[in-house]
Amino acid sequence: MYAYDELDRTLINERVSEFRDQVKRRLSGELTEDEFKMLRLQNGVYLQLHAYMFRVAIPYGTLSSKQLRRLAYIARRYDRGYGHFTTRQNIQFNWIKLAELPDALAELAEVGIHAMQTSGNNMRNVTSDQWAGVAPGEVEDPRIWSEILRQHTTLHPEFSFLPRKFKIAITASEHDRAAIKIHDIGLRLHKNADGETGFEVLVGGGLGRTPFIAKTIKPFVAGRDILSYVEAILRVYNQYGRRDNIYKARIKILVHELGIEKFAREVDEEWRQMGHSALTLDHSVIEEVRSRFSYPAYEKLPHMPDELKQAAHDPLFERWRKNSVAPHKVQGYSIVTLSLKPVGGPPGDATADQMDAIADLADKYSFGEIRVGHEQNLALPHVAKRDLPQLWKALDRLGLATPNVNLVTDIIACPGLDYCSLANARSIPIAQELTRRFANHDTADMIGRLHINISGCINACGHHHVGHIGILGVEKNGEEFYQITIGGRADENAQMGALIGPAVPYAEVADVIEDIVEAYLALRDRPEELFVDTVKRLGVEPFKERVYATR
Amino acid sequence: MTSPLEQKKIRITGPSVVTANRTWDGAVVYRTAQQGWSTALSDAAIVSTSDDARALLAESAADDVGAVGAYIAPVELNGGLVKPGNLREHIRSKGLTIDLLPA
Amino acid sequence: MPLVKNGRITTDLFVHVADGAELPGDGAVLISAARFLEDPEAILKRAGKTGVIWPNNRAVDDLVPYLDRLAAVALLFPTFRDGRAYSQARLLRERHGYDGELRATGQVLRDQFVFMSRAGFDAFEVKKDADADAFAETMKRYSVFYQPTGDGRVTALNRRMQLRHSESAGQ
Repeated sequence: MYAYDELDRTLINERVSEFRDQVKRRLSGELTEDEFKMLRLQNGVYLQLHAYMFRVAIPYGTLSSKQLRRLAYIARRYDRGYGHFTTRQNIQFNWIKLAELPDALAELAEVGIHAMQTSGNNMRNVTSDQWAGVAPGEVEDPRIWSEILRQHTTLHPEFSFLPRKFKIAITASEHDRAAIKIHDIGLRLHKNADGETGFEVLVGGGLGRTPFIAKTIKPFVAGRDILSYVEAILRVYNQYGRRDNIYKARIKILVHELGIEKFAREVDEEWRQMGHSALTLDHSVIEEVRSRFSYPAYEKLPHMPDELKQAAHDPLFERWRKNSVAPHKVQGYSIVTLSLKPVGGPPGDATADQMDAIADLADKYSFGEIRVGHEQNLALPHVAKRDLPQLWKALDRLGLATPNVNLVTDIIACPGLDYCSLANARSIPIAQELTRRFANHDTADMIGRLHINISGCINACGHHHVGHIGILGVEKNGEEFYQITIGGRADENAQMGALIGPAVPYAEVADVIEDIVEAYLALRDRPEELFVDTVKRLGVEPFKERVYATR
Repeated sequence: MTSPLEQKKIRITGPSVVTANRTWDGAVVYRTAQQGWSTALSDAAIVSTSDDARALLAESAADDVGAVGAYIAPVELNGGLVKPGNLREHIRSKGLTIDLLPA
Repeated sequence: MPLVKNGRITTDLFVHVADGAELPGDGAVLISAARFLEDPEAILKRAGKTGVIWPNNRAVDDLVPYLDRLAAVALLFPTFRDGRAYSQARLLRERHGYDGELRATGQVLRDQFVFMSRAGFDAFEVKKDADADAFAETMKRYSVFYQPTGDGRVTALNRRMQLRHSESAGQ
């Protein structure tokens, strides 16, 4: 965990006071909505269909049990008793009152939580691998760099009014769990031939109405230079990014219009002129930040404790363990994913009671630490293997042990038309129906890894382009219709899915998805061939034929 | 906020109301004939011509402290009952279409 | 529109001169970039001080040769949401060493004062009287800053490093 010091705490409190003043001026009429809108967005406050929505940052997806309890409290005290975890390691509350927001923020600030830059045209919450610091084979803990970037991007005096929002994600593993290729800047930590740690820098990724996979702008930037290099990218973007058309304002459009080579030359020229500056991080500064991350005092534990051997006789436990438990870098420990995708539930939602219970379990079994992943699930990152059977029983009672992680019912979905003022169609009931259709865990296991992503509009908060199956809600003559794509992926081999055919009405979506899955089961050349690999091998046509033949 | 220029383009094809979100808490509200806001659709002032819609919207948008993002929304009139005219307005008026708890 | 300079509401000594209008023989003037660049040398030879209003979609490089002879540069915020002038301000101050008056003009509002000051602005044509009145108070909103800019404020990182040095010196 990163420990906030007095300076971090002071800054958050100063931001709360500023926002309190801004809200006061808005409610008194001193500020018009036009003036206030950007100010509230800069602090994570949207206006949705039913109410204000409040988005709280969980930087690089790391939470303490104390912080999670406070989020539960906020859900209960200021909202309707639940929250929604998003694809960018934030949590959203859907029913917050503007007049009460300053108090809610002050209570969050007490535990080092803020909502700065969770929306608005600025640098958003820096995200990372939810397994950072515990995944085997990592180059180093990417959260050190995430935190350096979090601080640097917070209330940045030059880049708080960019052409459009700007998202940075960092990974340090070969397998990318942070979806860096669909971010404005993606950073991949690695070592160069001299053994020096630095970043491959990717730029211009993003979904929305014009999706792009990020391109590598520089294969290696040394760690000490990462702030100046990011600043050079942002300076070029701030000056030349389009401001005439909101749909063309993201950096991906600038990179596309200039071409990556020309864009890279502009950035390099800016970077060269910046030279050695106050942004260059010397070793002691990096170590200072590193020193404020604490790691658990792991015990020396056996690889296969007796408790685990005994529990292996229980097929339900074994099913869950195989699905939701991942290897840890320390022997005798595991990373446990908590599925927020129960059959029939809204993806990514957790009740205040669940949050409190998870905080208690984290204290008991995970050194008080919880992680939030972009797939809208939570994780306990340091669970001793001997505790897995007990933990499983507790999670099962809470409805958090659905053994569906990475399976067909582990659906990413945006809030859709049930909540969102931008949406054209509903997302959540589609997800709920799909989880019912595939509720049989044996069937889901047999299907294997399959990511379904659902967005209620072209803004793509549900990452539909990069779902193995993507579902996009559109409106046709006042009715909800859904376009379906297949073959997308968000990992290190990220690519956009391809459209399978004409949009289908609300009532037919689940049938079509079942047909697609059946087609896959018939077409795969062996059980181990994943859905997305079958699509890659065969293309869209054979799926299209089977799905649309009878329609 | 709808600009005066956009308001000029407004054409309605059936009975309509002006709706917005209340500034202090974000609640869904409807413009009443008494130049106030109500959380009940049944209290809404109903307009049936484009001119009346524009006028009601202009008056509503001027109350920036009371409510935010005023716009014209279609309704259906069924006897004495006013019902939301599309799915979005149905959701705004009646709430979520989904179960919050797994079932 | 009140002008805030050196933290206080002050009288604007510069006269805005429109492009077609005749330049007064002396006195401080603020003119457009287009007019200035037509004949910079002639304008700089005038008896009074020269200030230039620079658009936010043109690189400041074209202004660099004249910086040491300019008394003021005004940068534009067509709306407060358009942040290009922040980059221009930092480039003028930090890269090109400009040390004359750097003025923010356009939709200049209270909630951007701190950002503007950090980027190097020291004069503000404030849109609303109430915001101008609140300038000093608003500038006190923050005491912690994460980014190093040319404004000389000590960053959080530096404060931490100093603290660490003094701690280890005391051991």
